[in-house]
Amino acid sequence: MNTILEVIGLRKEFGGITALDGVNFKVSNHQIKAIIGPNGAGKTTLFNIICGLYYPTSGIIKFKNSKINGLKPYLIAKKGICRTFQNIQIFENMSVLENVMIGRHCRTKSEILPAMIKLKKTRYEEREARAFAQEMLAFVGLETKAFKLSSNLNIREQRLLEFARALATEPELLLLDEPASGLNIRETEAMTELICKIRDSGVTILLVEHDMSVVMEISDEVIVLNSGKVLAEGTPEKIQNNEAVIAAYLGEE
Amino acid sequence: MGKKNLLSLLILSIVVMILPLIINNPYYLSILIFVGIYSLITIGLSLLMGYAGQISLGQAAFFGLGAYTSGILTTKFALSPWIALIIAIFVTAGVAFLIGIPALKLKGHYLAMATLAFGQIIFIIFNQEITYTGGPSGFGQIPYFKLGKFMLDSDFRYYYFVWIIVLITLTLSLNLIHSRVGRALRSIHGGEITANIMGVNTARYKIDVFVLSAVYASIAGSLYAHFVTFLSPGTFGFSFSIALLTMVAVGGMASVWGAIMGTALLTILPEFLRIFHDYDILIYGSTLLFIMILLPEGFFIGLFNLIRKGNLPQSHLLKKLLETRR
Amino acid sequence: MSLGSQILQYLFTGITVGSIYGMVALGFNIIYNSTGIINLAQGEFVMLGGMIMISLTTTFKLPLPLGFLISVLLVTMIGAAFERLAIHPLKNPSVITLIIITVAGSILFKGGAMFLWGKGTFTLPAFSGEKPIFILGATILPQTLWILGIMGIVVLLLTLFFSFTQAGKAMKACAVNREAANLMGINVKVMVLFSFALSAAIGAVAGIIIAPISLMDYNRGTMLAVKGFCAAVLGGLGSNLGAITAGFIIGIMESLGAGFISSGYKDAIALVVLLVVLFVKPSGILGNKERSQLKKF
Ligand SMILES: Nc1ncnc2c1ncn2[C@@H]1O[C@H](COP(=O)(O)OP(=O)(O)OP(=O)(O)O)[C@@H](O)[C@H]1O
Ligand SMILES: [Mg+2]
Repeated sequence: MNTILEVIGLRKEFGGITALDGVNFKVSNHQIKAIIGPNGAGKTTLFNIICGLYYPTSGIIKFKNSKINGLKPYLIAKKGICRTFQNIQIFENMSVLENVMIGRHCRTKSEILPAMIKLKKTRYEEREARAFAQEMLAFVGLETKAFKLSSNLNIREQRLLEFARALATEPELLLLDEPASGLNIRETEAMTELICKIRDSGVTILLVEHDMSVVMEISDEVIVLNSGKVLAEGTPEKIQNNEAVIAAYLGEE
Repeated sequence: MGKKNLLSLLILSIVVMILPLIINNPYYLSILIFVGIYSLITIGLSLLMGYAGQISLGQAAFFGLGAYTSGILTTKFALSPWIALIIAIFVTAGVAFLIGIPALKLKGHYLAMATLAFGQIIFIIFNQEITYTGGPSGFGQIPYFKLGKFMLDSDFRYYYFVWIIVLITLTLSLNLIHSRVGRALRSIHGGEITANIMGVNTARYKIDVFVLSAVYASIAGSLYAHFVTFLSPGTFGFSFSIALLTMVAVGGMASVWGAIMGTALLTILPEFLRIFHDYDILIYGSTLLFIMILLPEGFFIGLFNLIRKGNLPQSHLLKKLLETRR
Repeated sequence: MSLGSQILQYLFTGITVGSIYGMVALGFNIIYNSTGIINLAQGEFVMLGGMIMISLTTTFKLPLPLGFLISVLLVTMIGAAFERLAIHPLKNPSVITLIIITVAGSILFKGGAMFLWGKGTFTLPAFSGEKPIFILGATILPQTLWILGIMGIVVLLLTLFFSFTQAGKAMKACAVNREAANLMGINVKVMVLFSFALSAAIGAVAGIIIAPISLMDYNRGTMLAVKGFCAAVLGGLGSNLGAITAGFIIGIMESLGAGFISSGYKDAIALVVLLVVLFVKPSGILGNKERSQLKKF
């Protein structure tokens, strides 16, 4: 199988804190890879670095065999990596549909002047973007809420909106940061199904999740992070029986 | 642009077209010309502040740059006002670009301070470069625009000239707002970092809209220069930047319609209320403070929402006040 | 006058005004550290300090020390009231709202001053005579010594306040990490009030001591605020040592520029410095890049 993402010797320091300490791993095409680890292990920091928000202190990130660290976030999105957020980050000043249309931004082109005089191409592009966004809303099951103000959605719907917005960028790699947090059991099940559906549509998924039943059910491979280091890596079964992992988690509690 | 905006645009066009036929007083007509000229600046400022969430405290300087470039090129270098207008646009855009690049990369208050500093520098230059600007006492004899055979030297003609430009600018701006770029601007306001991660080149759009707002101000400046035909630095100081800010805030920042209404109100009112002449900054200061604390959506927009939906304005404080009174 | 003593003269002038810029910059820092707000009304505190002092001592004939005390107290109260009425009621305000509010506050103060004192300019007699002191062919006004002395005291008191008092330590904690400070039980909202009061007090002191050598009018504040901000940015926003140093640098550049280049463009020098610093190294010459980056997120 082809490797889509490769992380080599990644290190990140914040002042005195070492959040990531020599992390190495690979993600293969079309799989769901989960990253687990106790609070403060560095999972979100890893995502922040992959999507270009932070520069790593040292290390390399390769996406489809080309180095992406150092690129600005919007360029990384354009290359095909998008994400959802642990603390929901929607544009509260915009409607649901407009939120998703922001995801189309990097796949469309019209700049200020064409937009001002409404060139034919611009109007065409706008219609396409709208249709695509509506399709994504339907995919996650929010088609009836398209014209609501996004801040009026509940938590579950806001998470789904983040999914739709990320999918609208047509990512090849999707980073999901605790998509099931704040959801009840039934909602979590639906979320799990949705994640599988996304994988089946050909998107590779890197998943951070605290809910072990979700992780063990859907992931092809699991990485365990602890204090910024990779503690173990392997199939869900192998991880469940790994003594170091069990120790780390028990030590936590 | 939705149906509502089209309808509003139509109504505004009709009102604008028939107003001079009703008002025969040349003094009133000239006030309406100023409303048009200032509206150009505030439309740009509303794009910058209300949509992209950035702030400029030096918009009067861009206005001045347009006016002085036009004035100097036509009087000292005998260029046609049209060519001067275009050169002024490029000069202002270039300057805005240079200032915008560093300031917009940083957080909001850097742009506020950079534009404030820039405004003061321009003001000092206007006062010091006496050979070109006439210094504090200014210079005059700036020629009128000429449209084919028509010399735009009467208020009546200039009124239509200015307002047609305003209507065109308004239409273009509404198109922009309801486009991919307009959405990107609003996403910056909603959450800059998130917007960037979702693929929006936030730095670029912030600069683009900043330059665009400067260009609007520059056009307004040229229109001003060839109407008043006399320029002196006093018009383009910090207090006018604040007045422009207040106009936008009164109208409701996130609405170009609000910007025009705010401009009309704060341009017409001072002509009839003497108190404005003596205590203008006191009035602008308290109005601005009052609006930002009690009606952050802007006076007109807040009022409009109140009437239409029965919605209280989204002010934490106002809600509290109203609740405790019940 | 020889070139050497001429330069010395410019240095003295530069240090005098520079210390005022430094104090305005300190005011910016104190509020910025505990709130992340740039208070554009900072220059108005300086103006109000000077104007109130002039009224108290010339119109009401109060003795200098008493006038000094009352002026500082009044401006401190104005600063605190401003925070209570304009900043405190806001719930999750955006940066742009805060900027507009402090600008509005600034012109409101300016308008109030114009209403009270009119548009005229006023002077305050020097604290201890006008007889210049000669040093190597250059002269120093006694007031300059007052300015430097009082600024020294202010800096010393601030240092003591931040290192030894409970409130000072709490404010320092807010500066490092507001959320963490909140979790540790520090009442951040009270600290915000405190920082506005403290900045207003420092501004007032600056206004009072500069009044005898620079005329005061209702319109003095804006330029002082911009130049103080230049010093704050040049010194690295948030760094107090940087603020004072940068204040001197800007003051000296300004007086040398006025002497050797053009007095008309004197006021533009600090502003150009600001734009250049923003362009080249926005964390300031004395600022810490890592720290300013951390603050951002
Ligand atoms: N911007 C930052 N500045 C300073 N320290 C940070 C920053 N971001 C993260 N850290 C630190 O890095 C470490 C890892 O944090 P991170 O958010 O990546 O953990 P996490 O694995 O996502 O935890 P959780 O499960 O709680 O989400 C923590 O100690 C955190 O305090
Ligand atoms: Mg996390």
